[in-house]
Amino acid sequence: MNRKKAFALPYIVWMIVFTIVPLLLILFYAFIHKTDTGALIFTTEYIRSALSGSSMSVLLLSLEYALITTVLCLLLAYPAALFLWQLRSRIGSIVNLLFMLPMWMNFLLRTYAWRALLDMSGPINRVLQWLGLPGQQLLYTEGAVIFGLVYNFLPFMLLPIYTAFTKIDRSYVQAAEDLGANRWQTLTRVILPLTRSGIITGVTMVFMPAVTTFVVSRLLGGSQTMMFGDLLENQFMLLKDWNTGSALAVVMMVLMLLSMALVRKSDDGVMPGGM
Amino acid sequence: MEKQRLVLLKNVCKEFDGVEVLSNINLYIRKNEFLTLLGPSGCGKTTLLRLLGGFETPTSGDILFEGKSIINTPPYKRRLNTVFQRYALFPHYDVFDNVAFGLKIKKLPKEEIKQKVREKLKLVGLSGYENRTIDTLSGGQQQRVAIARALVNEPELLLLDEPLGALDLKFRKEMQLELKRMQKQLGITFVYVTHDQEEALSMSDTIAVMDSGRIQQIGTPVMIYNEPVNSFVADFIGESNILYGIMKEDYVAHFAGRDFRCLDRGYNNNEPVVVVVRPEDIKLVPPTDQTVNGVVTSIIFMGVHYEIRLKGDDGFEWLIQSIHSAEVGSRLGIHLDPDDIHIMDRSQYDTAESLEIKQ
Repeated sequence: MNRKKAFALPYIVWMIVFTIVPLLLILFYAFIHKTDTGALIFTTEYIRSALSGSSMSVLLLSLEYALITTVLCLLLAYPAALFLWQLRSRIGSIVNLLFMLPMWMNFLLRTYAWRALLDMSGPINRVLQWLGLPGQQLLYTEGAVIFGLVYNFLPFMLLPIYTAFTKIDRSYVQAAEDLGANRWQTLTRVILPLTRSGIITGVTMVFMPAVTTFVVSRLLGGSQTMMFGDLLENQFMLLKDWNTGSALAVVMMVLMLLSMALVRKSDDGVMPGGM
Repeated sequence: MEKQRLVLLKNVCKEFDGVEVLSNINLYIRKNEFLTLLGPSGCGKTTLLRLLGGFETPTSGDILFEGKSIINTPPYKRRLNTVFQRYALFPHYDVFDNVAFGLKIKKLPKEEIKQKVREKLKLVGLSGYENRTIDTLSGGQQQRVAIARALVNEPELLLLDEPLGALDLKFRKEMQLELKRMQKQLGITFVYVTHDQEEALSMSDTIAVMDSGRIQQIGTPVMIYNEPVNSFVADFIGESNILYGIMKEDYVAHFAGRDFRCLDRGYNNNEPVVVVVRPEDIKLVPPTDQTVNGVVTSIIFMGVHYEIRLKGDDGFEWLIQSIHSAEVGSRLGIHLDPDDIHIMDRSQYDTAESLEIKQ
């Protein structure tokens, strides 16, 4: 028993140094005010300012973007996973690989690539001009941010859903057909419930990081679109206000934990054999 | 009394990637019949069932259901249901919702669904299990739910794909009786796939013995057992001694180094044939120069009878079932009455290799 525990030691140390201690530091900065005399006093002022109107509107915008991104990813990934599942296993895994291939490249690089593509003088606008159409302002728009988010997060939606699909025994589908269900009824009454756990995992894996994303919005949305991640970064890097920054982080963490709990709750009673 | 033909298969062939798994199947299924497709694994029996269910389409030939072709009818429009090999119960539904699935698709009134589901659960002996989840049921209980789920739709035809394969022996016997009872009680036509010959013999009205994608013989269990048309059927249904021989003339067969009187005629003189002798038909007698003689090599007690192996003087190893024991090493003779000897064409089924394998 003790030997087994010893194997976990490096990870435990890692956890303490890089997760527990930083968390405590965040809580410290968010709730403790250091006076000019150097005294430390407990305060909720930073939290209150983190909950102020301006940062809340940024938070709402981030939630809105993350929600749109999640819905779009789901709408794209679910039919794709269904399609992949129906392919023969060899071809399916090749197509699946093609979907995953972009993930092997750093997402910053990919986002930079989209900057170039969407630019006023980029290839997309050149094609439009060649077709005799007026050039479009594509970069630095809301659309560009959401597009960038969907592009970056799509694999995180596709993979868990596809995994859930591969676990479905095809005899369930045949049984449904045998009992009189047409394709649509088979989808809604058998396939959808059996892939529910994959959908929930996918939604979690897209929505959570999408709320806190900051680079994509800056690169593709410019200064117009400030997301919660950008706000956070500004507090630390630009304003050097660690206290307010930490308070914002605490607000966000509470929000995350709440939504995680919500997802968990809706995941209750899911069938065995899911994810 | 000729009952109405419910299903008719005409020259049905099925290939997978150019490999023929069913060749030229002609078969009719009468209303209210219990038909069993019996054969070893890979003989094409499950493929035939899947063709009926609509999960495969024949490469050529036609399948008629009450006189109308159904080969282009999707499974959900066919008036039949299937009990799948591993039940395929929906894990995200409880027992009630599994059984009610087909009725909900048909949008029956709620009360009617409730009543029908309850009725069928009672039929399979699972009253009160409505709210149980599938993973809390034993294999046998899952089996019953699968049967109830199929029967509740009141199909014209019920297809069962080795439904008892996963159950232990005692429970199998019990379910065999119950299935037969349900079939009688409901008056539904059953097509039953199995590789278990005992199961086939005890449950079926008609058995179709299959091998290598062909139907080898169709008939009542008694016919198939007593009058197998070839050595494959003889070997597969019950145990058999299969020997090479020749028909010397009508009613006289020569095998195992001797002439025997038999009931067969119509062969050419000295035509090569295959001789099949059931182990339970052999009588052991004191050896004389008028009998086939040999030495007992092993005796196994099987409960009702002893299974005796006797090495004949010509080297053939006879399998004999007898209610009397014998001494290993003792010398005994074999007596066969004319109706114990079954003569078959050698050309019909047996190639030299297939006989070698059997011996």
